[in-house]
Amino acid sequence: MSEPELLNTRQMAQFAARGFLRFDGAVPAELNQGFLDDIGRAGKHAGGHASEDSNENEPANIEELYPRIMASSTIPVVPAGTPFCKTYPADSALGRILALPILSGAIRSLVGENCVFDHHFLHIAFPPNALSKPPRSQNTHQDSTIDPRRAFDIQILYYPHAVTSNMGGTRFVPGTHLRIVSEAAIARYQNMVGQQHVVCAAGTLLIMHHGLWHGGGANTSQALRYMFKIRLCPTAPQIRLWDTSDLDEEPAQRPIFWLDHEPDPQSVQTILTTPEPWQEADTGRLEYLNRIRFWRYLIDDESFDADYWLTRVENEPV
Amino acid sequence: MSLRQQVLVLYLKSSALDTEVAAWATYDGTGHTRHMAGDTDTPPYRTGLGALKDGWRLIQASSLQPHAAGDEFRTSYLKYEFFFEKLIETDAPASENTDE
Repeated sequence: MSEPELLNTRQMAQFAARGFLRFDGAVPAELNQGFLDDIGRAGKHAGGHASEDSNENEPANIEELYPRIMASSTIPVVPAGTPFCKTYPADSALGRILALPILSGAIRSLVGENCVFDHHFLHIAFPPNALSKPPRSQNTHQDSTIDPRRAFDIQILYYPHAVTSNMGGTRFVPGTHLRIVSEAAIARYQNMVGQQHVVCAAGTLLIMHHGLWHGGGANTSQALRYMFKIRLCPTAPQIRLWDTSDLDEEPAQRPIFWLDHEPDPQSVQTILTTPEPWQEADTGRLEYLNRIRFWRYLIDDESFDADYWLTRVENEPV
Repeated sequence: MSLRQQVLVLYLKSSALDTEVAAWATYDGTGHTRHMAGDTDTPPYRTGLGALKDGWRLIQASSLQPHAAGDEFRTSYLKYEFFFEKLIETDAPASENTDE
């Protein structure tokens, strides 16, 4: 088994600031096809690609497809709390995908090597010809429940086939992950400036902080859209789990606003203070504070700051 | 002829109506159009004032609430929520469509 490729500091800062990381086409074609075969060969509907064994006259509908997949696939039924290392057989398609260095390294960097399994699910978006009414997108929501923790779970979203723009790939809003809201209470936010829709190559992985706002899109294509999601939880503080060889241990304060040069876009300070287009004028600044506090947790250093945002409000001279 | 309500919800970047739109939602009681999450990436107006100029009537604006003491940095729901309406005359009968 190849060694995990741990995330670097820049990637961790991006995750801290925006709540997600994306790895396009990271899973090889052989494994993608292995997964699609594993879930029971939905035939020509799967991502628009024909299967040799497909019955082209066989309709795909919700009532038939899920029971068929549950009966024939090797996706295990796993209790919540199972150690992640014991969740998937190593020789299964999912086991091999999760062992890919890029993915195992990301998992280890974010939730540690002794993380536990929460749940998984195979999400299927049906095209119009498989539904009794027009397809609708899923309202924007934050998963599970309101969750004020500092520790975080991750959700791995795996797209085993190419997702086109009309297939309704996952919609998500970068940078929303640190807001404390109650699940579907945010359904009223139909659209937000800067929202993204997953359009991707087969084998793409999206790793999300558990708090990221998102929703499934409406599938108006002719093909079924599949996405497999796994939620993983840490069992230890998520401190310096990534490759910290590039971490600046004593970043210097830098000039603010009145500058004679552009700030380094790759620096942790810049990444943590880059705004999102949906952010409100005042709470956007609070997002910086919360990102910096999150980063302090990740590096276990309460002295860290970016552009004096926290130092300013913590200044109580005695 | 009867009246149906169209509702536009704009989330602005500050409490001022003439600031930029950050998020939005549209509901059409005439049934002529159907809106859903993620159906457009471009706001219908650049600012809340733009909606007024296009004939939308402001019917509700969120009030300014103090941040909770000791929890001033917590972020949650979008703060600056404005509800607008248009009343549209239509000859469509009252809908018995239970899908909505």
